[in-house]
Amino acid sequence: MSFKEWFVKRSPLPEMWREHMAEYYAPKNFNIFYYAGSLLLLMVVLQFLSGFLVMAHYIPTARDAYDSVYGIMYDVHYGWLMQYMHVDGVSLIFILLYIHMARGMLYGSYRSPREIVWIIGYTTYLAFMAEAFFGYILPYSNLSYWAGTVITSLFKSIPFIGHWVTTLVRGGAGMSGDTLGRFTALHVTVVFLVIVGLIVFHILYLHKVGSNNPDGIEIKANKGPDGHPVDGIPFHPYYSVKDLFGFGVWLTIFAAIIFYAPTFHHIFLERTMSTPANPLKSLPDVTPPWYLSPFYAMLRAIPNKNGGIILMVVAVLFPFVLPWLDKNPVKSTRYRPITRIMLIIFFINFFVLAYLGEQPPLPKYFFPERLGAVIYVAFFVLLPLVSKFEPTRTPPARVRFRAH
Amino acid sequence: MKKYVVWAGMTLGLLANASGAFAADNGPKMLTPHYTYNAKTIIAGAKLFATDCMACHSIKFMRYEFLTQDLGMSKADVHKYIMLPTGSEFKGTMVSAMPINMAHKWFGLPPPDLSQMVRYKSQDWVYTYLLSFYRDPQRPSGWNNYVFPNVAMPDVLAPYGGIVNEHGKVLRAGDESPQKFKEQVTDIVAFLRFVSDPSVVQRDDDGPWVLGLLVLFTIFAYFLKKEYWKDVK
Repeated sequence: MSFKEWFVKRSPLPEMWREHMAEYYAPKNFNIFYYAGSLLLLMVVLQFLSGFLVMAHYIPTARDAYDSVYGIMYDVHYGWLMQYMHVDGVSLIFILLYIHMARGMLYGSYRSPREIVWIIGYTTYLAFMAEAFFGYILPYSNLSYWAGTVITSLFKSIPFIGHWVTTLVRGGAGMSGDTLGRFTALHVTVVFLVIVGLIVFHILYLHKVGSNNPDGIEIKANKGPDGHPVDGIPFHPYYSVKDLFGFGVWLTIFAAIIFYAPTFHHIFLERTMSTPANPLKSLPDVTPPWYLSPFYAMLRAIPNKNGGIILMVVAVLFPFVLPWLDKNPVKSTRYRPITRIMLIIFFINFFVLAYLGEQPPLPKYFFPERLGAVIYVAFFVLLPLVSKFEPTRTPPARVRFRAH
Repeated sequence: MKKYVVWAGMTLGLLANASGAFAADNGPKMLTPHYTYNAKTIIAGAKLFATDCMACHSIKFMRYEFLTQDLGMSKADVHKYIMLPTGSEFKGTMVSAMPINMAHKWFGLPPPDLSQMVRYKSQDWVYTYLLSFYRDPQRPSGWNNYVFPNVAMPDVLAPYGGIVNEHGKVLRAGDESPQKFKEQVTDIVAFLRFVSDPSVVQRDDDGPWVLGLLVLFTIFAYFLKKEYWKDVK
């Protein structure tokens, strides 16, 4: 008996390989947006590697945190590389998350039978938000200090136990070294493990029901004599080599940012991140990073703090029920022009809200912010009605694909 | 293919807008220093910084040896122009000799560390700030500033640039011509920009290699993908 036979007899890996790679049939008509999923996986691995290296030099105390983070930049060999990878990687992950989710909405990937895939995926997005927030606080710059103060103070709005919860989260009356200690622990253990676990389940649940495609039709409905979908191709080697090409393009973009525009015009690394925490010097306006600012704009749209928080929570939770708001038998918006227009307005509105969330709280922005919040909510409220009555075109029986 | 061009165009358009839009800045209009960012200007700035700024301001993340490693200054030059005659170590950090408790007493607050000042306030801000001092007898130091009103710092560069009153009238001409003085301030800004991110030297050295290898990998991956996808009808 050769070693290979001996090993294969005892190993679950060959079976897993077949199930998830070599014999996982994916539709052959994936377009450019479908790169985002595998790229996210790549980015999480890279964040883990750079995070591990940065963590080796980080000191989570109020006195040393800032100096240790900048010490990496100046004194550690290739410290700047780890640091910029970790900082710019966050923004790139959120770009990919938004592309990934927008693609799911465009082609109806959240629809039956993939509701659980959507819910797990959206939960992962929320976990990424938490992970990004905790990471944001760790350098203990002045932005970290005040952003942490603002965000943790949101917990005060919880009825009855709000103040107790806020103190528990901060580890004291205000931001301090104790906050850094618990946020470090959350950032590198609990929240990270939750993200990894959710990603595993996201993929397992996806592979159970099979991937959707830009035409929104089920390839499993049309099987060939060999029992495999006629419009499906094995993930490995076809999509694994395709994703390899995607990795190449994406890593080139990533490296170009790291080497030539590491702060990306101070969008990816804000200016106030480069001055130490100072409780006596509040920032004129604390704005969140670009990937959270749409929700911040909605929070600010209502002048009452609790009202704003309720709107923000509703806005964050609305996508969870998306699979049940869409009533149309046609999944892909390729064949639903009205929904497609609504979605494009929704995406543009999201960008506009991101822009507004970065602006100082001036009265001239109040109206656009409120309008943006209304459009955001209106999309979810109108979708059940529109999807029920909108005219649709008939999707093709087979996926549209041109050999290349 | 045409579709992708449209998408790429839209994405680039958004990014181009975003770079201006997300970096909103309010306040007085800033001047922009014009210079070539190279070792020559940075070293000239380092010498001025050591002579005129480092009595009060530290750049505690910088080490003297970075000037030789990254900029190619000779060790002898660093000793001669940059380091204090006594005391500081070549591998040590560039810390001001002013005691913190005395600084508190003299200025109310110790002068800030300038390691990340350009990154924090932008080089335009630092440049404009250094050119915006005017004589103000009301202030304890005798100086005030348009960009940073009531700042505790006096205009230490006045011997070079001269003294003006708050209306811009020249009270005493500087030792240097206005042209030369602006150049000196620009050099200091270039040095502080380098201090705020010394990795720029290594990034510029390694960048083309990393990008080149990744592009090469991408080209190979593209042809591999094409080869496999020939079978997909």
